[in-house]
Amino acid sequence: MKSYILQTATNYLLPLLLLFSVFILLRGHYLPGGGFVGGLIAATAFVLHMFAHGVNETRKLLRIHPGFLMPTGLSLAILSGLAPKIISGLPFLTGIWFSEPIPVLGLIGSALFFDMGVYLVVVGVSLTILFTISEGG
Amino acid sequence: MLIAILSGFIFAVLPVFTGPLLKGKLSVLSALLPVGLFAYFCSFIPDIAAGGTVYESFAWVPSMGVDLNFHLDGLALIFALMISGIGSLVFIYTSNYLKGDPYIDRFYAYLSMFMAAMLGLVLSDNLVAIFVFWELTSITSYFLIGYKNEDRESRRAAMIALAVTGIGGMFLFAGVLLMGAVAETYSFQEILSSGVVFQEHALYPIILFFVFGGAFTKSAQFPFHFWLPGAMRAPTPVSTYLHSATMVKAGIYILLRFTPALGNHAYWSDTLLLVGGITMVYTAYQALFRTDLKSVLAYSTIAALGILTFLIGLGTEAAILAALVFILVHALYKATLFLVAGIIDHQTGTRDITKLRGLGKLMIPVAVASALAALSNSGIPPTFGFIGKELIYESTMEMDSLSILLTVAAIVTNVFLIYAGFVAGIRPFLGKLPPALGKVQMPSPLLWVPALILGMGCLFFGLFPGFIESTLAQPALASLGFGSFNFHLKLWHGFNTVFILSLVTMGVGLLLYFSLKPSHKLEALIARLEPISPKSLSTLGGKGFRKFSLSWTRLFQSGFLRYYVIIIMGFLVVVTGYNTLTETKLVIPDNAFDDITIYEVITLVIMVVSIGFAVFSSSRLAAVAALGVLGYAICLVFVFYSAPDLAMTQFSIDTLTVILFVLVLYRLPKYLKLSDMRSRIRDIILALIFGALITTLALEVLSEPKYRETSEYYAENAYMLAKGKNVVNVILVDFRGIDTMVEITVLVIAAIGVFGLLKLRLKKSEVN
Repeated sequence: MKSYILQTATNYLLPLLLLFSVFILLRGHYLPGGGFVGGLIAATAFVLHMFAHGVNETRKLLRIHPGFLMPTGLSLAILSGLAPKIISGLPFLTGIWFSEPIPVLGLIGSALFFDMGVYLVVVGVSLTILFTISEGG
Repeated sequence: MLIAILSGFIFAVLPVFTGPLLKGKLSVLSALLPVGLFAYFCSFIPDIAAGGTVYESFAWVPSMGVDLNFHLDGLALIFALMISGIGSLVFIYTSNYLKGDPYIDRFYAYLSMFMAAMLGLVLSDNLVAIFVFWELTSITSYFLIGYKNEDRESRRAAMIALAVTGIGGMFLFAGVLLMGAVAETYSFQEILSSGVVFQEHALYPIILFFVFGGAFTKSAQFPFHFWLPGAMRAPTPVSTYLHSATMVKAGIYILLRFTPALGNHAYWSDTLLLVGGITMVYTAYQALFRTDLKSVLAYSTIAALGILTFLIGLGTEAAILAALVFILVHALYKATLFLVAGIIDHQTGTRDITKLRGLGKLMIPVAVASALAALSNSGIPPTFGFIGKELIYESTMEMDSLSILLTVAAIVTNVFLIYAGFVAGIRPFLGKLPPALGKVQMPSPLLWVPALILGMGCLFFGLFPGFIESTLAQPALASLGFGSFNFHLKLWHGFNTVFILSLVTMGVGLLLYFSLKPSHKLEALIARLEPISPKSLSTLGGKGFRKFSLSWTRLFQSGFLRYYVIIIMGFLVVVTGYNTLTETKLVIPDNAFDDITIYEVITLVIMVVSIGFAVFSSSRLAAVAALGVLGYAICLVFVFYSAPDLAMTQFSIDTLTVILFVLVLYRLPKYLKLSDMRSRIRDIILALIFGALITTLALEVLSEPKYRETSEYYAENAYMLAKGKNVVNVILVDFRGIDTMVEITVLVIAAIGVFGLLKLRLKKSEVN
């Protein structure tokens, strides 16, 4: 069942939603939001695309298998935990920050990278499960 | 010393990089490692002989008192030399024995890891480190025994060995933990110097129970002896190395090592005497019935281990000296005999001693090595074995009580051992060569030279026991707290009672050898007793345990989501229900309904309606949609009570859940009445109870005085420590970062599980 209205709408909504999910991710440290919610929103965006265009189109759009996002995210989270250990010899997962705030983003620290890892894992997990189920195995 | 011990582990990684280099002719170069280690440990002999010890310390887990402390004293030196010395010969021997084997590099890796673990075990001073190395020997030996992994029996034997020694390892762990708790340190040297008297502590019997559990399983004492004959499935170099010289002696080592701390008590000596005594007589007797060359050797090995346990049980200085000397005696002759058995197997393709005759003409050096070892095994002068046996008799004779019984037990064992030694070491080389073996070739020098070196050792140390006396025996005794003991190892002690006993033993043993021919009939005879042997009984027990755990697992892991939910809810109700009902006051706060807004009432109504709809709807899709409405209503509640983070997350989760449900439902049949009336009533009851429980808990939380410490801490420190203003997020990514890390890992595992389940395409042959 094709719905042109939905397809056209999705084409505009997808980038907007993704942008929004990143926005939610970045502001998480100061305002409601964070990697988990951000990831869910991003996943929802792709699911919307999937409904409008079908799984195969969404897969093409993604280019990589969503499964790859899971180890990437996990590694990022672990690396952000190891970074303080390597850089300044602090215990695993101690928060460290750049001394100067970066324009637009604000003060960035290892916590942000950790949250980005969470974001990627959540996107990967949701999409892997949803894609797999919608393909019906 | 750390590098020396770890070198085996480092070496084990080497084949990954060198690839096929180590497989071909160069494989003999692997022996450089143990030879180097042997030379390294030899360099300590002068120091140790002079009464010194070497102590090196490396922090490992200092916060828990676990350190890599290595302590080289006389006892450790004996074992280290045995491990690296016999290891060198075994490495050389293997290069030819497994020539052309596609996995020989892997074999060397296992072997060197085993060697490293064994060295770590005997050199460690820290009790926990001892346990770690002890387990490493069990694990590496599993790979070595099961090396021929296409062979079902071989895998089984490896599994049994791992199960028995693995359980034993747990016992030892419990034992050393208790010892550490009593002494408040895990360093054995500190335990000794702190003057803790274990024998008077209430935990002493329990400590003994666990330590014995470890030592007896490892050293194959009755009734755990059965894994050792089974382990003979392994390639012969493994049997030589693990089951004659090193691993099985680990239990003996532990007993010796702990003698100064735990010994000298009736529980200690009586248990060891009894277990050792039964083991040595029973298994030496068993050896009479075997026709497989390695089987004979396996049973005589267990008997020898029994003798050692027995001697440690006697516990006198003479007995400990006898044990130390006998460890060396046994390692030398039993390794030789195993190497010879391997050569015979390798050259003729059979180990059946009823078929093996007259090989002496074909392989003289092997015959010489074998004969020397067999003589030493039988304690016939002038071999090293004679000295060992004399010491054993001396130590049993000097006991005040039961000396006759103990001596008789030792003599009986030795008589059987003489038979075993002759059958395995001499008989195959005498007599007429059967025509079937006519084409047997002389083995490669790589095979017979190691055997001959060890065989010559049996003779050399017999003729010149002085080499052992001051270098190894005296320091080892001193390290066990028998410093003042004065002795001399001599071949000739004069014509005394001990010598007469030796003569009697030899006479009866030879008589037995000449009157009893190994035959399959005898073996069949003893096989009748197999159903009541410890091996069969424990296998039966193992099967029973498997069945039990299977049905237990089936009970909880039914595979039906509904039962999982029932079990989880039921469990929570049972665990917390009683307490909640009796302890809570169920007070609804007075001002609870004061400031209810119209929005809240509407949301509540929506919730109730959607629940009712979900329960009574006859369409799945409608039920799912109703659940979605419920979820959004909960979001609204979160918004009312200013928890925007929760609301956002709940909102996205609910959206995705409904999508997921719809996708799944799409693939299910239209509508089926899944549950009957009875299960519905059961579910209703459970749901009501569970709901009531949660409601009670929620009310209880409200009426309890509020503990705000935790939340205040987070609120205060979120910005100070983590530079974040959103406390929820700061908790997730910083304060409880490790939790989050584990949670996302679990998510990934779940996704992989879903992917695997749905994408799995079983071949027809794999279905059931």
